[in-house]
Amino acid sequence: MLGKTAGGLYWMFRGLERAEHTARLIDAGFRIALTRSTDPASDWRSVIATSAQQAAFEAKYDAYTSRTVSNFLLRDLDNPSSVLSVIKAARDNARMVRTALTSEVWVAVNETWMVLTEMLKDSLTEAELPLILDTIRQQSGLVRGALYGTMLRNDVYNFCRLGTFIERADSTARLIDVKYHALLPSHASVGSRLDNVQWEMILRSVSAHRSFRHAVEDDFNAANIAEFLILDERFPRSLAFCAQRINENLTLLHKAYGDDSACLTAAQAFQARIDGNTISDIFEQGLHEYVSQSIIDLAAIGMQIEQQYRFWR
Amino acid sequence: MSNKDAFFDEMRAASGARAPYADYDAWFGQQDVARLAQKSREAEQFFRRTGITFNVYGQADAEERLIPFDLVPRILSNAEWSTLSRGVEQRVRAINAFLHDIYNRQEILRAGIVPTELIARNDAFLPQMMDFTPPGGVYTHIVGTDIVRTGDDEFFVLEDNARTPSGVSYMLENRETMLQMFPELFSQIKVQRVSDYPKNLRASLEASAPTNCEGRPFVVVLTPGIHNSAYFEHSFLADQMGVELVEGHDLRVVDGHIAVRTTRGYRRVDVIYRRVDDAFLDPLTFNPQSMLGVPGIMDVYRAGNITIANAPGTGVADDKAIYSYMPQIVEFYTGERAILKNVETHRCSDPDSLKYVLDNLAELVVKEVHGSGGYGMLVGPAASKDEIARFREKLKARPGNYIAQPTLSLSTVPIFTEQGLAPRHVDLRPFALASPHEISIVPGGLTRVALTEGSLVVNSSQGGGTKDTWVLER
Repeated sequence: MLGKTAGGLYWMFRGLERAEHTARLIDAGFRIALTRSTDPASDWRSVIATSAQQAAFEAKYDAYTSRTVSNFLLRDLDNPSSVLSVIKAARDNARMVRTALTSEVWVAVNETWMVLTEMLKDSLTEAELPLILDTIRQQSGLVRGALYGTMLRNDVYNFCRLGTFIERADSTARLIDVKYHALLPSHASVGSRLDNVQWEMILRSVSAHRSFRHAVEDDFNAANIAEFLILDERFPRSLAFCAQRINENLTLLHKAYGDDSACLTAAQAFQARIDGNTISDIFEQGLHEYVSQSIIDLAAIGMQIEQQYRFWR
Repeated sequence: MSNKDAFFDEMRAASGARAPYADYDAWFGQQDVARLAQKSREAEQFFRRTGITFNVYGQADAEERLIPFDLVPRILSNAEWSTLSRGVEQRVRAINAFLHDIYNRQEILRAGIVPTELIARNDAFLPQMMDFTPPGGVYTHIVGTDIVRTGDDEFFVLEDNARTPSGVSYMLENRETMLQMFPELFSQIKVQRVSDYPKNLRASLEASAPTNCEGRPFVVVLTPGIHNSAYFEHSFLADQMGVELVEGHDLRVVDGHIAVRTTRGYRRVDVIYRRVDDAFLDPLTFNPQSMLGVPGIMDVYRAGNITIANAPGTGVADDKAIYSYMPQIVEFYTGERAILKNVETHRCSDPDSLKYVLDNLAELVVKEVHGSGGYGMLVGPAASKDEIARFREKLKARPGNYIAQPTLSLSTVPIFTEQGLAPRHVDLRPFALASPHEISIVPGGLTRVALTEGSLVVNSSQGGGTKDTWVLER
């Protein structure tokens, strides 16, 4: 496979994953802003903070409202991480690597782009938001389903999956990092109203507000949520789950290509670090330190993948 | 121009449907127009979803457009096709011999059949190709010959596209669309397949690989990238052939060969089906600003280590002034009379012809010698006085840049409208493949249709549409 093709596949799936994550994040913010009587601006500020784009947002908009935040995150082409921007980039990548995709996957991506371009063409109102967020998630599922159902399990597939899981792990890690003050069991905030709202937001933005209840028999508290998001191998957006998949896909590439793989070694180290810690170990080291190290590790693995497989020159 | 009786209608004669259309006509008569209209909309949606689009330069809003597809097929009998395909094959043989000759011994110039200045002053002529023979001796591996019809047995070649003809993906997709929309039609009427084209293209390209190539030749399609107007076609062909689609920056010269950057390192390439123009192919030899090509590829080429299809410098044969000599060129190299006729062509470089053209602008079609895509031409009968006056000045300023032809009474084939069938002018672009061993032509080609009533301009860049082209089994 061409290095360029591998890069296109990888970034295409990073983009699709990012769009899905952004939709969930907005959904969480929207939900909370609607169901609380006070200070929706701070909820929306928190959404922007989680997406790590405070500066870009404040340079352009003067208030945190459902309208400004959702426009910025969903359809602002000046924002390279907006859903419309990343979907457009993903579709351009798909056009570039079309020879590597089955027609089902290509059509699913092309259709996603068509549907969302149409839906996001005008400024958004609150009334439209639920349908749009739903559509983004559905389309994303459609692409994933086409990939699952039709693609050969070869290097092409592995690069697609690597894009998905590196992006997903990074999103989860950033989410925890921004919320770490809410997750950390400090005596002042435990059990407070702010705490509960923030937790709900965290779980909603990874679509886990129900699976958490099913999966975790224990209480709805900081340690349990952090454990679920970081260490629970059953949860498809946890760091542990993503680390396993990254490892798996890199192992398959390594086997197929039969060469040294610095990125595989790094990914194995990343997974070992997750497996080797309990949640109390992590709180002891400091949640923020642990999560920021994860973000750095993931970025390094991503860079190594790009070099190892010659995405660029 | 409004006298409709003057045009040959390929579907209907005074006595009813012409023979090749008899079965289709009977089928059409039983169809419900509303259902067909619905099918037509479905086809558009199909093209949109699968991304069968082309890009229009300079129109950011409508960056990607659909080429309108008409659901009435253009039908040719087996006998009609057999004359056409023999004629195209003869022409392709002659063009390859001509290109080899003008880049080597130049016998046709010495014989005084084609004037030397037409070659010497030709922008598409590349001195870098002199005294060199490409692998297998083939210059143009893929040719699209534009043919128009004026009567029962009256076919004319309008131009030869030996450089980088496009449109073959539409030929294939149009057939796929028809098969999806009207499967019952294909079980009633036996139509020759076009679906072998990608396989044949790959085989033909592989057969053209350098002789020092080891193992199965590694073929790639070279595209300028996703913003090119024909990008869909580039990716479609690479996909259908099962070869890699590359851009210039994926390739480089390694140990005297062209190599492509893969996830496992650089790998040798043997054949490049390039859809990048000559000028952008090698910044070391041609346009130094170009980022689209591969620095040093011309040296590899001249060393015989890569096949470039089509060969650089092939565009000489597309020149419309050269075209006017094509009957003589065919005779010179094949020893046979040209099977397909040329349109009478006035070369404005010749003072007598220029005078005639200037006196008769309102009746003529005037084209730029190097033009393509329907740009920069004047269709006299359809032009306003103002347009004619402006064109007259351009002609006088650079007469050598133009040729003129009479306005042909192009045949019509009906298109489907919600009010029923309506005749529109068409042309035909069959696609020929040339390897060192053989020339093969897929039965059919791309029929382009002028969608505006009375218009003679069929180019997609000028609002034309396409039709599926059927060659009947018998």
